[in-house]
Amino acid sequence: MNIANSTELICFIILGTIVIVGALGVVFLNNIVYSAFLLGGVFMSVAGLYLLLNASFVAAAQILVYVGAVNVLILFAIMLVNKREELKPIKGLQLRRILSGLVCSGLLILLIRVDLTTTWNLPGPNAIGELSTERIGEHLFTDYLLPFELASVLLLMAMIGAIVLARRDVLVSDIGTGESADQILIEKKKTPILIDKISQ
Amino acid sequence: METTTGLIPLQAYLILASILFCIGVWGLINSRNAVRVLMSIELMLNSVNINLMAFSSYLDGDLIRGQVFTVFVITVAAAEAAVGLAILLSLYRNRVTVDMESFNLLKW
Repeated sequence: MNIANSTELICFIILGTIVIVGALGVVFLNNIVYSAFLLGGVFMSVAGLYLLLNASFVAAAQILVYVGAVNVLILFAIMLVNKREELKPIKGLQLRRILSGLVCSGLLILLIRVDLTTTWNLPGPNAIGELSTERIGEHLFTDYLLPFELASVLLLMAMIGAIVLARRDVLVSDIGTGESADQILIEKKKTPILIDKISQ
Repeated sequence: METTTGLIPLQAYLILASILFCIGVWGLINSRNAVRVLMSIELMLNSVNINLMAFSSYLDGDLIRGQVFTVFVITVAAAEAAVGLAILLSLYRNRVTVDMESFNLLKW
């Protein structure tokens, strides 16, 4: 085992441990803010795994899009809705958790068995290594041109949809229940000083 | 230029992705905070991305179509996160909570 191989192995073990422990923390920690920061750590170690797989472009895209955009968006959402609330206890919550844990571990065992018993067609063709960015560019502008353009349309739709959904413009009364749903009125009841300051 | 894939087997990446996916599924089912549900979805998408990248590096090292797919998955995930969080904000305005158990407007 030469030094490059052992370095690669050590990097893989460290990154894999960070990914799994971070993901467990995201799911199990009580404080949602810690979860969000751990999620950023998971995204960055996944980018490190991509670097191990000779994919520098996708690793950079992962850092830019996931850590730079998605994680920051999640943090903003947490700050907008962060209210300490006591969740109502529901019946059979523990049983539900145990049962779903059993189902998930069964799924995990199944997936690992599939991973280990399938005969993969190894070794494949030689990896192109550092040329991968150019190859991705060729793909995006030749045989994957239509999905590439559709992705831009999708992003535009998502942007407009997000703006429309998150806008402060609600019906005066809720159609289903008939109760008052005027957002300004409700928020005035909750935080009178803040709204008055904003409207002045 | 020949780049060897080293001594890490393909199965190691696949098992790592499987574990990450199952953690994401558990979190998706059991989270009571709506933001945590979105985070679990991101975890699952990332595990799928690890799978695609591993296959593209080990089995398709010449054409790396898996990396192109990963770029598309990242794009769709960004759009999904934006729309999901916007829906969450508008739910929070109407229900004043982020508890998943209280979002039962479409139930029955």
